Amino acid sequence: MAKLKIIVSATSLFCVRIEWALKLKGLEYELIFEDWSKGKSELLLKSNPAHKKIPVLLDDGVAIAESKVILEYIDEKWKGGDLYPLLPQDPCERAQARFWAQFADDKCLFGTWGACCAEDALEKEKAVEAALESFTYLEKQIEGKKFFAGDKIGYLDLVVGWIPHWLGILEEIGGMKILDAERFPSLHEWAQNFVEIPLIKECLPPRDKLVNRLSLVRSSAPNKP
Amino acid sequence: MAEEVKLFRTWSSPFALRVVWALQLKGIQYETVLEDVAKKSDVLRGYNPVYKKVPVLLHNGRPISESLIILEYVDETWKQHSLLPQDPHARAMARFWAKFGDDKVMQSIWTAFVSEGKEQEAALAEASEHLQKLEEELRGKKFFGGDNIGYLDIALGWLANLVRVFEEISGLRVLDGERFPLLFAWLKEFSDAPVIRDCWPSHDKLITKFIALRQLHGAQSSST
Repeated sequence: MAKLKIIVSATSLFCVRIEWALKLKGLEYELIFEDWSKGKSELLLKSNPAHKKIPVLLDDGVAIAESKVILEYIDEKWKGGDLYPLLPQDPCERAQARFWAQFADDKCLFGTWGACCAEDALEKEKAVEAALESFTYLEKQIEGKKFFAGDKIGYLDLVVGWIPHWLGILEEIGGMKILDAERFPSLHEWAQNFVEIPLIKECLPPRDKLVNRLSLVRSSAPNKP
Repeated sequence: MAEEVKLFRTWSSPFALRVVWALQLKGIQYETVLEDVAKKSDVLRGYNPVYKKVPVLLHNGRPISESLIILEYVDETWKQHSLLPQDPHARAMARFWAKFGDDKVMQSIWTAFVSEGKEQEAALAEASEHLQKLEEELRGKKFFGGDNIGYLDIALGWLANLVRVFEEISGLRVLDGERFPLLFAWLKEFSDAPVIRDCWPSHDKLITKFIALRQLHGAQSSST
């Protein structure tokens, strides 16, 4: 039985970050799926009483919540030797990676979600403009590099890893366009390279499941996807 | 070559104060650049073009923004007086609760401070729930960091002066000794600790500032 377990949902972009990190480290793990039709499980409520949200990593029964906190935990607990590093060594580079990860979640991801959910045309237009501005910052960060972490993927690639598979669907259901290949050529190319990596690709949820779930969440309340 | 460490801050920013504490605790020599929130310098905007906010730490010409990220940078660069614990799980918990402090505790207390009636009641109830979680984290400890002040104490340090300011202005009871005995005791231990106590901004100036902010917020909400 795996000592490492992750409480996940089938379609959460936050959960898939954790799977990617564990796979990069060569660690075995088990997935515990939440069934939203039955409400939040006892295990989830007990493991993350502060937020009651997924993902939660259970390491030999000890719970860690918040996806970016979990990524750093994984990187710090399993490090050295041949183990794949997620964050760079240099403190300044680490600070930059953390900064852009937080920015990407706060502005790019939630900006996109806000634009997706906006019903009023003017509201949507403003939200898309704001999102485009945020993506411009991201484009600058990837310019001249294959991945955000350099030649190989790292922490920041995992945090923005929702873009290749989730963004297109959010654009579709939200009736908007954000990742234009002409406007964001480097980001567009990064997205194509990222999603072709086998261990990344194998964790992606099926598209139709994702469309259904995101459409449902969008219609019920402007919540986290 | 002498190290150049500069901290861009305002007189009252609780976020910048975190960095002041960290640098002082580690005994790092630094220069303060005081910014005016109403008229931010071009230099600051250049170093933090994304958010244009304090604090910004400039170390040998390289800028770092976002207070919690700066704390980690400071801890990784200057190893004396460690702020974060060594154990990965303990580090994860410190980061988790620091973020919880900003996202949940600060938000709910601020909402309670600037709102009225049912909205205020709901925000206060939420704040109490969140504070209860922090209370549990302190069990068996003098500081969140254990015997010594650490990352999480610094991250939550704003509780030690701003809550008093909010309570004084609004008459609200947010963090009292009856409901939160451990947190209440921690407030005093933390506030009076060497280094920490020397850095508090003027209480009277804070009162003036937050009375004005509260009125502004009230005026804005009543006009919508």
